[in-house]
Amino acid sequence: MDWEVVIGIETHAQLATRSKIFSGASTRFGAEPNAQACAVDLALPGVLPVLNRQAVEHAIRFGLAVGATVAPRSVFARKNYFYPDLPKGYQISQYERPVVSGGAIRFFSAEQEKTVRLTRAHLEEDAGKSLHEDFQGRSGIDLNRAGTPLLEIVSEPDLRSAADAVAYARALHQLVIWIGICDGNMQEGSFRCDANVSVRPVGQDELGTRCEIKNLNSFRFMEKAILYEVRRQIRTLEDGGSIIQETRLYDPERDETRAMRSKEDAQDYRYFPDPDLLPVRISEDWVAQVRATLPELPADMRARFVQSYGLSAYDADLLTGSQALAQYFQTLHQLLGGDAKLCANWVCGEFLAALRRSEREVQEAPVTPQQLCDLLRRIQDGTLSGKMAKELFDVLWQEGGAVDALIAQRGLSQISDAGVLEQIIDALLAAHPAQVAEFRAGKDKVFGFFVGRAMKACAGRANPEQLNALLRQRLAG
Amino acid sequence: MPLNDTDLKRLARLARIRLEPQELASLAPQFAGILDLIQQLQAVPTQGIEPLAHALDLEQRLRADEVTEADGRALFQPLAPEMEQGLYLVPQVIE
Amino acid sequence: MMSIDLENTSLRQLSQALVTRQVSSRELTQAYLDRVQRLDATLNAFITLDPERTLRQADDADARIARAQAGPLTGIPIAHKDIFCATGWLTTCGSKMLSNFVAPYDAHVIERFNAAGTCTLGKTNMDEFAMGSSNETSFYGPVKNPWNPARVPGGSSGGSAAAVAARLAPAATATDTGGSIRQPAALCGVSGIKPTYGRVSRYGMIAYASSLDQGGVMAPCAEDLALLLNTMVGFDARDSTSIERPAEDFTAQLEQPLQGLRIGLPKPFFAGEGVSAEVQQALESALHVYRSLGAQCVTVDLPHSGLSVPVYYVLAPAEASSNLSRYDGVRYGWRAAQAQDLIDLYERSRAEGFGPEVKRRILTGSYVLSQGYYDAYYLQAQRVRRLIVEDFKAAFAHCDVILGPTAPTVAFGFNEKTSDPVQMYLSDIFTISVNLAGLPGMSIPAGFGAENLPVGLQLIGNYFDEARLLHVAHRYQQVTDWHRQVPPLARL
Repeated sequence: MDWEVVIGIETHAQLATRSKIFSGASTRFGAEPNAQACAVDLALPGVLPVLNRQAVEHAIRFGLAVGATVAPRSVFARKNYFYPDLPKGYQISQYERPVVSGGAIRFFSAEQEKTVRLTRAHLEEDAGKSLHEDFQGRSGIDLNRAGTPLLEIVSEPDLRSAADAVAYARALHQLVIWIGICDGNMQEGSFRCDANVSVRPVGQDELGTRCEIKNLNSFRFMEKAILYEVRRQIRTLEDGGSIIQETRLYDPERDETRAMRSKEDAQDYRYFPDPDLLPVRISEDWVAQVRATLPELPADMRARFVQSYGLSAYDADLLTGSQALAQYFQTLHQLLGGDAKLCANWVCGEFLAALRRSEREVQEAPVTPQQLCDLLRRIQDGTLSGKMAKELFDVLWQEGGAVDALIAQRGLSQISDAGVLEQIIDALLAAHPAQVAEFRAGKDKVFGFFVGRAMKACAGRANPEQLNALLRQRLAG
Repeated sequence: MPLNDTDLKRLARLARIRLEPQELASLAPQFAGILDLIQQLQAVPTQGIEPLAHALDLEQRLRADEVTEADGRALFQPLAPEMEQGLYLVPQVIE
Repeated sequence: MMSIDLENTSLRQLSQALVTRQVSSRELTQAYLDRVQRLDATLNAFITLDPERTLRQADDADARIARAQAGPLTGIPIAHKDIFCATGWLTTCGSKMLSNFVAPYDAHVIERFNAAGTCTLGKTNMDEFAMGSSNETSFYGPVKNPWNPARVPGGSSGGSAAAVAARLAPAATATDTGGSIRQPAALCGVSGIKPTYGRVSRYGMIAYASSLDQGGVMAPCAEDLALLLNTMVGFDARDSTSIERPAEDFTAQLEQPLQGLRIGLPKPFFAGEGVSAEVQQALESALHVYRSLGAQCVTVDLPHSGLSVPVYYVLAPAEASSNLSRYDGVRYGWRAAQAQDLIDLYERSRAEGFGPEVKRRILTGSYVLSQGYYDAYYLQAQRVRRLIVEDFKAAFAHCDVILGPTAPTVAFGFNEKTSDPVQMYLSDIFTISVNLAGLPGMSIPAGFGAENLPVGLQLIGNYFDEARLLHVAHRYQQVTDWHRQVPPLARL
């Protein structure tokens, strides 16, 4: 039987705020245990939540970026369950009236543009952490993370493969960083995905029973976990078994998913509107103000690069990988005053490769757009060959300096002076009369011999096109 | 519809309150009385009436995103029944 | 030595005596502490006393008076309900669950009283987590009614009411979720006010039912209450439901004439059902007084008020079941010994830490919120709540204040209603609707019934109309002396 895979993704993006969503405690990562858990975060008796304006604004910003509806009136609800990392015994979340409803994410997968619809995105508070080591069979609770603002972004089950799911997650990751609402740091847990996975026979309308996979803290694990889970479900069904709806944890060490024991109890979360908080009103003015500060979005920019600059979809996608990279490219293009293709080739090629090698961010690149522009100008005016330019780029990256000064200092300029080249060629032909005769007798292969010798004679600096043309001219006699 | 012992036990489990058998026995009739009381609401016609969460029609005030709370460990940790290395200790959490 | 009559001196007079140095705060505070020492073994009105701490505050107040920086309440000792967190004070909320909780911060109410220069006389006894109408649910044992120690003082603020009635304190803070200020005030023969929801910050006031809880205060007379509200009421950014309004002087209009006042008499409150003859009679007499003061009476209808008890016993337990989930034995409070695992730790800590009434309400609340019942109970109760609010709005189109009984009977005996929770719940039948609507309400002494037990009169005002309520009460107290009666026990 042929199976269709159905995937929906729930993402928790930690919102970039200084203080927590309902308290004035810091959200900084890496503090001493419980140093950033204030009375509200610890749920001491009598303390109350007050909503952080910035968290709401980030949610609005996201809603606008994905073309969703931003609710004019939004409500917080309590999700009740007991867990030691949840100090109040309930999580303040949103249930019936989230800030954001609908919207879509566009992304590239296998060179194709695809769209995934979003169900909703709502604000909620994060829980603390349970640490299991070193306490003789006991767990230690650190509540520093408790109360950190999260945006939970829920996709529709529109994804049909693990590769698409990862491409969606990457695009979402790129977007939340792009619009400045999340730092995207996956190691620190700022961007976490859960996948709802089910399978059904091809052609069947009804969805299969789904399992939720948690703990997907990298894109690589996400893909492997989904692939494993799909195989598990198909195998189970083909063996005549059935899928139990459950929460499963991905174990990267063993590359498998397993049912979570702590979630065995059928949960009844008893959602109800939080009586400590009032409805949040989001005015049209506020939405308009946020809209005015929204940057051009990656999907729009990608389309513009293809349309206005004639770049390939692949290059445009690469260049819009981050706002910083796109900015670098655009600055370079502006400085150079055109030739987007040349700019794109260099940014996507040498520049990105150098970044990767040195494990740096775009902002930390030692070669500025102005330096790269100077370099590209010398390619355009024929001073540098492509090969020489690459060498010079490496020098700029390693040691810095001004392009023209380096060219002069290193004697790197290309020889495009026809008189100089002709002298070299004439001397060469005079020194090898036998090969000249061979060529003239129709042995075309000898041409390569002359090119090599001529290049050697001028230390590789000859303009290759010009050298070729002059050589043919002279050999033709 | 009165609740039987299984229902009460399920509720107690949900609320994380251990009930001793004698408590369960006295709770059952009391709970039946409470259910009778709140059952009266079922007869009230409320079609088209919006539920009311707060008596006063107010909206949420928003806080500026500022860190106002200092490290309060010295104040809060002496309250804890069991702590080690700054962490609240509980029986093993199983995931 | 001190020459002040602690039985019948108003706060204004006490303040005068302090400012003119007729008495020091230390002397006054010590005199009250002595009364507590003498009488509280009988009454059990206090859970925690800390005379050293109290007298330190008195000394600070004396220094402040000496610097001529005293405010109207500086140097006056005040008892605080044990629901308000006060730095360095054991704050139990009447529960074993918090029997070891020394608060590391002040409630907003405490902050304001401290800033005004009052001294915390002690923390008063109360029904556990404010759940009760007789003070019998307190982990610290029931409070006795000073008028007859075989009777309940009402609840949940029974300790505050008994302390003020027996003049163990000139005033006491309290809270009111379904009648917890007004009903004990009535049963103990003192005055008490619950302001409009949102007037008094709930920060540091241990939550029972967040959408209904409101802090307030008790004292012998309305004039005292007005002075206390001047200090207590105010905006607090830490409570999202706190209301920002310009400051108001609640004493300003006390002396205005009552001429032309329209008093609304709700039909259901006078229908006779459940209201005892002695309460009826006291109400009739009070109406007679009001008419003689120039007020006119109009009948108003509150057709849905009969449903307020069932609405309350859905909404309050629902909110409570969630509010009390934080008490899990992990970060503070009672923790069961030798738990086998995490769930066992939770289940046993909560089973040991909570008393039966709290457990009943948590279970009721969990039930009405659970899958399949939420719409039928919780949402339906919220819809009926709206109907109740609309009733009041309609009534206030025809009257300025609403008058009725505070409680259906005078103080009842211990264990009279403990076996049947619903009978206990019905003792708040006249007070609960006011919380559901978020309106201000008060109770003032209006006579005595059988066995010399006090009867309370309830006044309900429109939103933010506390000043008018206090005015209406004050005018009545100028021509009656029910509020000046002191239980014989207080003279021992």
